[in-house]
Amino acid sequence: MDNSRQLIQYVLSGLSNGAIYALIGFGFAIIYNATGIINFAQGEFVMLGGMLTLFFLVFLNFPLVPSIVLAILISTAVGIAFERLAIRPLKNANPLSLVIITIGASILIRGIAMLVWGKDTHALPAFSGNEPLHIAGATIMPQHLWIFSITVLIIAANKLFFNYSIIGKAMRACAYNSQAASLVGINVKTMVLLSFVISSAIGSMAGIIIAPLTMTSYDVGIMLGLKGFCAVIIGGMSSGLGTVMGGLLLGLLESLGAGYISASYKDAIAFIILLLILFIRPEGLFAKKETERV
Amino acid sequence: MLKQMFRVVISVLFVVLMAGSAVAAPPIKIGALFAVSGPASFLGEPERNTAKMMVDEINKAGGIKGRQLELIVIDTQGDATKAVQGVNKLIKDDKVAAIIGPSTTGDTMAVIPVVEKAEIPMVSCAAGVKITDPTKKWVFKTAQNDALAVPKIFDHMKKQKINKIAILTVSDGFGSSGREQLVLHAKQFGIQIISDETYGPKDTDMTAQLTKIRGSEAQAIVCWGTNPGPAVVARNVKQLGITLPLYMSHGVSSKKFIELADDGAEGIILPSGRVVVADQLSKSDPQKKALLNYVENYKKHYNVEGDHFGGHAYDAIMLIKGAIERGGDSPAAIRDQLEKTVKYAGIGGTFSYSAQDHAGLTSDAFVLVQIKNKGWTLLK
Repeated sequence: MDNSRQLIQYVLSGLSNGAIYALIGFGFAIIYNATGIINFAQGEFVMLGGMLTLFFLVFLNFPLVPSIVLAILISTAVGIAFERLAIRPLKNANPLSLVIITIGASILIRGIAMLVWGKDTHALPAFSGNEPLHIAGATIMPQHLWIFSITVLIIAANKLFFNYSIIGKAMRACAYNSQAASLVGINVKTMVLLSFVISSAIGSMAGIIIAPLTMTSYDVGIMLGLKGFCAVIIGGMSSGLGTVMGGLLLGLLESLGAGYISASYKDAIAFIILLLILFIRPEGLFAKKETERV
Repeated sequence: MLKQMFRVVISVLFVVLMAGSAVAAPPIKIGALFAVSGPASFLGEPERNTAKMMVDEINKAGGIKGRQLELIVIDTQGDATKAVQGVNKLIKDDKVAAIIGPSTTGDTMAVIPVVEKAEIPMVSCAAGVKITDPTKKWVFKTAQNDALAVPKIFDHMKKQKINKIAILTVSDGFGSSGREQLVLHAKQFGIQIISDETYGPKDTDMTAQLTKIRGSEAQAIVCWGTNPGPAVVARNVKQLGITLPLYMSHGVSSKKFIELADDGAEGIILPSGRVVVADQLSKSDPQKKALLNYVENYKKHYNVEGDHFGGHAYDAIMLIKGAIERGGDSPAAIRDQLEKTVKYAGIGGTFSYSAQDHAGLTSDAFVLVQIKNKGWTLLK
């Protein structure tokens, strides 16, 4: 009885962390599919989301909803500026240089955040109370429900956007073959910019909904970014269900590993999985062996 | 004509100014090494603020025996290499008479060989036991040893008839030192550690460890770490509905922790310096006067309440001030007089140094406090 209660708790904790990893992983996938680069500044958008919301909410005393909207808008503007100033001028550079540029950008964003907001950790108030909910002997916070529902919403919206809207289809076309896409009249540059817009908005949303649980500071982006990267690698760099599964699987394994093996290995578990996947199945666990995305 | 008059005026002024500075004795230089920025800034910043405030105050009151103090602060950024560069600069370029700081044990251990060789007294503001054990001739410290905090907690547990505990420590220097002390003292107190868990300094979710503890037979939980980890632990404990008493370390005795842990902080018991409960101390407490004076003064200058960590710098400055008053300002005299300090009632505790003891405090330096209604309550 008590064992099953423990197991349910591990699973619930794991799934809620996994949902966040999946959201962050999504941001990686969208930019990767549009440009072929891995944007290591993705974690910084997560940090910006949390810190900006906190800034508007606590320091400027804005209500919650406008704070969130403003935080997402500003993070997205940072994403646009990043693409315009650092990625677009070097569009013809090789992907490796671009990846290094994203690492540089992440250090820059983190440094500015540190200078502006200081090094303290801050807590964001929960969206709807702090009373834990009991589910089958395990407990979760109301904030976890927000995380699950917003993650599901964002994933569904993405699915609809990429599969049914003209712009979404155009972005996918760029991902498959940008030259061919530009030949049929798709503006590839706009699509790349759009991919940065979407992924920075999703990243900051992830940062906002997780901040009431985990708290936020100028340097939360590093670890969360890396976990999101693990999720997307497990999911095979797809911006669909693969990354969601990857994120949830990672969250579950971390939580079960910490519970049944040792919490000291929590982060190690994530990175061992990352290495194993890269060695054994670099196309991801859930991707069909495909060759068209080259 | 006019030009000539200017010349006269300027040369007169020059002579007067030169004469003025020749009359006043040169200031006594005190060097300070604090981690004002970087990961340990929660230590270094209040320490620097406190040291500056104290030096200004001493100077305003006429200095020490008519000599002004000059404080030269160097930011180590919590980096041992920068600390060593800084201490060399203080000793060789600035020719300081004494040094206060560094803020962290790592920085302190790195600069000890330098000050020992240059024979300059140093009063460290870091907590590590190894700073003054074994005793080094020129090195003193003001921060309470971790070893003093643990017995306070175990004493309280014994009174509550708690024999089986779970410990949850952070995997960094502070946490592993705390873990060592917990394991060491548990045997002496006959307390059994039945669950020994750790977490990473950057972890944001400890429900897995706590779920495991919930499933064990522990009667209390001890969490050892500095912000923000313990705040996450406090929140997760509340989330999981764990009702076991939760004990924490002196590493979280700041208002910031209560702010971060929010409702989760209620009821947590921790050892702390007396500074957070200064107004609740009995009138006979020898430290009460210094504590109230420090808390009020700090609030006036910096608009936040003075904490535990700034207190280490307060004590360092006051101890050096006392030594200079008694024996003069040569480094050797300051060292000798520091060692003769008896019952100086400061912020961290009542200090009595001796040739064998350069830490100067007993377990009396800590009191147990409980967090109630987002504030501190002294446990008697």
